[in-house]
Amino acid sequence: MRTSIRHLNVTLLIAAGLLLGQTGQAEELSRGAMLSASCEGCHGTYGRSPGAIPSIAGKSAKYLRQALERFRSGEVPSTVMGRHVKGYTEEEIRLISEYLSKQK
Amino acid sequence: MSRITRRNFVLSVGAVSTATSVLGWPALGQAKASGGRVVVIGGGFGGATCAKYLRRLSSDIKVTLVERDANFVTCPLSNAVLGGLYDMDFITHDYKALRDEHGVKVVHDSAVDIDPDAKKVRLAGGSTLKYDRLVVSPGIDLQWDAIEGYNEAASATMPHAWQAGEQTMILRRQLEAMPDGGVVIIAPPPNPFRCPPGPYERASLIAHYLKNNKPRAKIRIFDAKPKFSKQPLFEQGWQALYPGMIEWISETEGGAIDGVDVKAMAVKPTFGEPQRGDVVNVIPPQRAGAIAEVAGLTNDSGWCPIDQRTFESRVQKHIHVIGDAAIANPMPKSGYAASSQGKVCATAIVASLSGQELPEPSYVNTCYSLVGPDYGISVAAVYRLGDDGIAAVEGAGGVSPKDADAAFRLAESRYAVGWYQSITSDIWG
Repeated sequence: MRTSIRHLNVTLLIAAGLLLGQTGQAEELSRGAMLSASCEGCHGTYGRSPGAIPSIAGKSAKYLRQALERFRSGEVPSTVMGRHVKGYTEEEIRLISEYLSKQK
Repeated sequence: MSRITRRNFVLSVGAVSTATSVLGWPALGQAKASGGRVVVIGGGFGGATCAKYLRRLSSDIKVTLVERDANFVTCPLSNAVLGGLYDMDFITHDYKALRDEHGVKVVHDSAVDIDPDAKKVRLAGGSTLKYDRLVVSPGIDLQWDAIEGYNEAASATMPHAWQAGEQTMILRRQLEAMPDGGVVIIAPPPNPFRCPPGPYERASLIAHYLKNNKPRAKIRIFDAKPKFSKQPLFEQGWQALYPGMIEWISETEGGAIDGVDVKAMAVKPTFGEPQRGDVVNVIPPQRAGAIAEVAGLTNDSGWCPIDQRTFESRVQKHIHVIGDAAIANPMPKSGYAASSQGKVCATAIVASLSGQELPEPSYVNTCYSLVGPDYGISVAAVYRLGDDGIAAVEGAGGVSPKDADAAFRLAESRYAVGWYQSITSDIWG
């Protein structure tokens, strides 16, 4: 019994491994990741900034979306963010906010 | 190795199926393994980003980065080294993290030839590398003798400092050695060239150094262009910080130089007499890095035509060209643009090798210039793919406001350095 469960586990793990293999241990090729890659240049990889530019990793999607929308409207003054955020649609801002909120 | 339990198994399979359904991949049965061999030529802003992001997007892909030098010295902030704000160490990066943390095989050698049919790259050291996809990110080469008398030998006396490293140090030493009351000549090239605001940031930060050390010295810019990047902002900053110190002679005033006299330390403008300088910084016209031409990837312009969606060469299949060497206008030839292109290119290659759909590309540029240590300005643009290739999104981007106060300029000077720390860690960290 014990042997067969182990055998089953190994078989299923190979199956799971194949699933992983098909997508690699890859990140998703998603529009959210594509858009957010633009943010990572200034805000750091995965939104973790090593310097004077604020880190944005792991903030909630709601917080990020609101911040971006307020930069866009000018409600929150900014140096460069207002200029950037006008380049994205509302849907794109939602995708960026969701992607970055999942990074740590 | 940890023992496999039924619980672990359920968790791991559960995680896989959740991930796939949330992320909306194509049916798993149709997806192919994303493995493959990618060779990247050039470990600068474009190439190093692409290598790192290829590995981030798929750990199945074997990535070999071919880079001549053990360390990379960035052009961004090299003007701040000239101005005495930072030392060379601050702008020097190695490939340790790419190699040890991101699984990129780094080969310190130079690519001397590409065989697109056999899909092989030949290296100066004698070995060859086989690839499924090749990324060429060679940056720029300088067009020696485009300005009469200005060649590689001349650059030891009249440094271009447009590829950072030894050239940066030569120019810095010359600035330190020149007399108070001396003249620094800067001669920027016509468009297109690497880093459009660069010559003017350079004038600014040399002025910062001179103001504090040789206050009677002058800077004269002999320009091949009638106007330049962020011009109103630079001119406003020069007026505020260095009044009377920087003279700009535009192309329309005969600023373009036809030749140099290295012995006399003089440049020869289109109109009038040769002009002497104590320090002469000639920034010659440029073209794609040599390997691009050797491999036949360039057109008559000296740059590489590409599919702006994937950065695949218009000339050779399975070879992608990114960064300064690529024709990606309206994106400028900047480090930030090269890095952004490296990410899009990495995604396109992973999509192609794994049979996935490439998400709609998104590109960006953000360039800060320091007019002084506490005085920063910026230009930004967001790009998307239109019917005719890459297009800047209208109504977005642009330069810093002309009427901004000192606090705004101070903030942007701090962000300029933060920008540098972020992007260099995103690439080499």
